Parts: sequence; structure tokens; C-alpha cells
Amino acid sequence: MGIELKGITKTYDQHEKPVLSEVNAEIQDGELFVIVGPSGCGKSTLLRMIAGIIPISDGVLKINGQVMNGVSPKDRNLSMVFQSYALYPFLNVADNVAFGLKARKMAPAEITKRVDDALAMVNLTEYRDRKPRELSGGQRQRVALARAIASDSKICLMDEPLSNLDAQLRVRMRSEIRELQRKLGLTLIYVTHDQTEAMTMADHVMVLHDQHVQQIDSPLGIYNHPANHFVAQFFGTPQINLLSARTAGQGAADELIVDAALHVHLDEALNAGTYTVGIRPNQMDLVPVMDNGGNATVINVEALGDQTIIEAMLDNDVEVRIVKTGQVSVDLQQRIEVSALGPAFVFGADEALIAEQRGMQDDRLAVTN
Amino acid sequence: MQMDTTVMNQATTKRRIGNFFKYVALIILAFIVIFPFVLGLWTSFLPSMDIAKGSLWGGHLTLHNYVTAFTQTKILRYLLNSLVISTLVMFAHLFFCSLGAYAFVFLDFKYRNLLFYIVLGTMMLPFEAEVIPNFTTVKMLGLLNHYSVMVIPFLTSAFGIFMLRQTFKQIPKDLKEAADVDGLSHWQFYWQVTLPYSKISLFTLAAYSFLGSWNQYLWPMLTTFSDHLRPVQDGLRQLQSEETFNDWGMVQASAAIVVIPTLIVLFFGQHYFKSGLNEGSVK
Repeated sequence: MGIELKGITKTYDQHEKPVLSEVNAEIQDGELFVIVGPSGCGKSTLLRMIAGIIPISDGVLKINGQVMNGVSPKDRNLSMVFQSYALYPFLNVADNVAFGLKARKMAPAEITKRVDDALAMVNLTEYRDRKPRELSGGQRQRVALARAIASDSKICLMDEPLSNLDAQLRVRMRSEIRELQRKLGLTLIYVTHDQTEAMTMADHVMVLHDQHVQQIDSPLGIYNHPANHFVAQFFGTPQINLLSARTAGQGAADELIVDAALHVHLDEALNAGTYTVGIRPNQMDLVPVMDNGGNATVINVEALGDQTIIEAMLDNDVEVRIVKTGQVSVDLQQRIEVSALGPAFVFGADEALIAEQRGMQDDRLAVTN
Repeated sequence: MQMDTTVMNQATTKRRIGNFFKYVALIILAFIVIFPFVLGLWTSFLPSMDIAKGSLWGGHLTLHNYVTAFTQTKILRYLLNSLVISTLVMFAHLFFCSLGAYAFVFLDFKYRNLLFYIVLGTMMLPFEAEVIPNFTTVKMLGLLNHYSVMVIPFLTSAFGIFMLRQTFKQIPKDLKEAADVDGLSHWQFYWQVTLPYSKISLFTLAAYSFLGSWNQYLWPMLTTFSDHLRPVQDGLRQLQSEETFNDWGMVQASAAIVVIPTLIVLFFGQHYFKSGLNEGSVK
């Protein structure tokens, strides 16, 4: 049955623009659904509307087929994990986990059992008598998870739960959360601003920007078929190159020209005009050239060991990022010739995707061959 | 190598000299502040004759003044009166101020801020300006010369509401939202989260209210007429004027006795004034 959002809109002031408008989505039972977007896009607001902490201005929210608008949070039977963990500082770990269960007037024996199980699941059994201030950030985060686990509701909402942790811990907690979600069969709605979290954890991703849903798809679906400029730029590091290009010749053509050396061939012809081509950094190539030849100048080189990121300035003053696998030695100020390997996206004047050139699927096929 | 340590030694010497002067200044100031208090305590152990003669350092220390204070005067009664009144006022403050502050922080109602500013505004009025209207009110209520007259007008305090509101505002919003998801009612959130979270401020307010009430002087003097109702501060004044020959040693001893509860409250309260007890709730 899952969760259904129909035209969800949030307006704080009658006279002002809505902070979220017309959000439609269907979240299946047992899936990990990530809501991602830059700060201020309304993703936390959406989550709080689902939780029932803030009222829905317009639209219908259904949980398991039941309309939930106006139902109080506790009757929606869900749990929530906050960015700040929201632990009670004056209670020890076990009491923190038990707090919500006591508030729901559960039988003491049942509470003890659930608290023990939940703490065991997050490996905090030996810390049960500690106060939150005696725990590390990662442990506090796990207490918050244990609280959600103990509640035994099948829907869990998480609001940027990992953004206060350091990078390594974040990677570990990412897989721990994913594992827990699968083991417990939770329907997990996960809010984040981090596209890596969205890519690595989600079954489905909703991209929010500018008060609107930009795209809902699987992580690879989003990476391989970005609906518009914003989505293309938001997913993938380094960022995709968006270059202005025009069709070759006078009429409709199957070739887009960025500059003399940088061409993109298309499967289908496009009407004459100017378009934006999106090319992932790993789908671009460069060749060093002597003297003043080529079409770009290297301005920055980042060697990561297994790959090298080269930033170059095209002669028409547009910056491009190129990723080469392995270690490439290029000098700063070196003249290079930048070309496209093939796969590319073409966006129209309204920034929406209108054509794909061999997408990214070619990559995956190449690997399996 | 040699040069490294030279620079370091110079820095150390400089810091030590700086600290030396800092402590000298602090010791002098501390002495000035504490001297009258020590002198008072000292005289409370001297026979009244010595005090009258002005020979403070004669060396005849005695507990006689304390014995007289307890046996010849009603100081025990005064202490009991003050204890009852101050305790009642303290608990009333804790309860009513926290309820008021909770409403101003966690409930959303019309004119919330305006009402809060009105409450704050009452702090502008000095207590002396309220004495006459308050006196008329309690007189009409028929409360004069009764314990309740020293408690009822002081059941709540604008300062307490203000202070607790500031404290409650520090409670992370996430904690309230988590409680909402757990289905806590306002009363449960107030009792199980807000109060424990604000323990330190509540202790501070308790100490402040207790001492404030303990040191009341003007109001009890105006509204009580019988000796057995007098709180300590008025009792002290009573001791001084009752007798033609002032037994200064005994008065001094009584004053020392009256100060002791204040010191106890501050001593134990100090433990709770330490911050950091709420660390770990949120990152």
C-alpha cells in the first residue's frame, strides 16, 4: 500500500509563494525513498508534513490507503530520526529508547524486550546506562536509530541523520542504516542534501528544487536520464559539463558543434538552433598539443591516485572538467585539445532533456562484455 | 636550542609576574568585601560590655550571645516563620513561573508576544510603588496579620517567567518534534522533558526565590502586627528596638544565625549552577 502524496502543497502565508507546490509521489512498502535537494528546497518541510508535525496546506496524504491529513503524529504510527538526534540529555541510553514506548503506555515487559532488542541491533547493549553526553557522535546517532527500531512502526522518517558525522563514520552508518532497513522491512523516507547518500542508499530518489519535484526515479535512472539542467548538475562528481552548442550546417542536423574540435554526434537529427549539451567529465577526452594549437588551456589538475581531474578553460571562456582514469601528467597552462567521447545529453531552451546520445548505458554494457 | 628556551623562559616569567599582580589585586578586593562580614561574626562572639567599650580585640570569646539569642528571644519562631513562608513562595514560583513560561514558549496563541511584554513591563515597577495598592487589596481580602499575606501576593514573579522562558527557548525544537511523534501531550512534555531539561535554571530560580522571600522586610512589617508571625528580618529589627539597653552582641549573634540559611542555600545551590549537564542532547 505504501504512502501516497497527491498535490501536497505548503503555504505559510496566504500572500506568499508556497514553499512546496504540487508534490506527487508514491512510496512503496519496504522501500528506501530518498528526498534530496539543496538546502531550503523544502525537503524537511515535506518530511514534517508526512510526520504530521506541521499541517498540510493543500493536497492529500495517504498512508496505507487511509487519508492522513490532520491526523495527529502518534496516530500515523511512524518513527522519526532527527538530524540533531533529539536525545533526552537527562535520561540514559536505555531510558531514551524506552521513552516513546512508555508514552504510548506499552506493557513494561514488552518495553524491556524491545529496548534490549533495539540496543543489541545497534551494538549499544554495553552502553545502556550511559548518558548521551558520555557517548560519541556516532553512538548518539545509533541511540536515535535504536529509538526508531524499538517503536516497531513500519514507517520511519529520517531527516539528514548523518550530516553531523565525520566522513568515514558517515560511510559506515550509510550501510548500517541500509542493512537495518532491509532486515526490518521498513518503509524508510530519508531526507538528505548529499547526492552521494541518495545514489548509494536509495531504491527511489525524489529530487526537489525550487519548491517543485524535478524528478523521481531510481538512482541510476536519474544519473543516466537527468530530466533537466538542475538534476544533471546535482548528481555526479565532478559536476557535469553543460556547454552551449549549435547544430551543424543550416537545416536540421545530427551533429552539435561546441567548437572546432568538440563535436557531439546524435542518433537523430535535431532542428536547427542552439542547445545545451551535457557531457559527464569521464566522457570527455584530452590530448596535449604543442604551442598554441588545441582548443583549451589547463587551469587545474587534481590527482586522486586512481583518477585525475583536469579543469581546463575552453577558448570561448567556458570551464570544463575532465576525468581520466589512472594518473595523467599534464602541466598547468598546457594547451590541450578537448573532445567528446560520445555519450551526451541535449537540453532545450527550457533546460529540459530533449535527447540522449547513447546515454550512460553504453558504459555498463561495456563492463559486462 | 639555547635561543628557543630563552624566548620560552621570558614568556613564562612575564606570565608569572602578570598573575602575581592579578592575584594581589583580587586578594585586596576580596578582603574589602568580606571584612564587614568577618567583623560582624567576630563581634557576635564578644561580651556586650567589650563591644560597648570598643575593645574588639580583648580576646574574651564566648558563646553566651548565641545562648541568649536562642533562649531569651523569639528567634526560633522567626526562623520557623521565614522557613515556612520562603518555602511556600519558592515552590509557588517554580510551579507558576514554569507553567507561564511553558505557555509563552510552546503554546501558540493570539497576542502571545504582547502578553509577554506586558509581563515583562511589570518588572519596570519597583516593589515600593506597588505597596499601597497591594496593601489595600490584601486589606479588603481580610488577609492582614496572617501567613497568607506574606505568600499570596508573591505566588508568581515576572522575573521567574522571563528567566524560565529564556531557558525553555534553549530546548531544541527537534526534542519537541520527537515528543510530538511519540505522542506526548503538553502536560507530559512539560513534566517529563521541559522540567528535567531545565533543572539548572529551576534550581537557580528556587535559590533566588527562597532568598528573596527570606530577606523580605518592608512588606511583612506593614502587613503583620503580631510577634509570632514576624519573619526573621523584621524579627531582627524588633530585637534592636525592644530593649532600652541594646545587647549588641546578642543582636549580632542573631544576625549571624539568620544569615546561615542563606549560606546553606548558596553552598548547595552552587553545585547546580555548573553548566554542561545538558550536553549530548543534540550535536
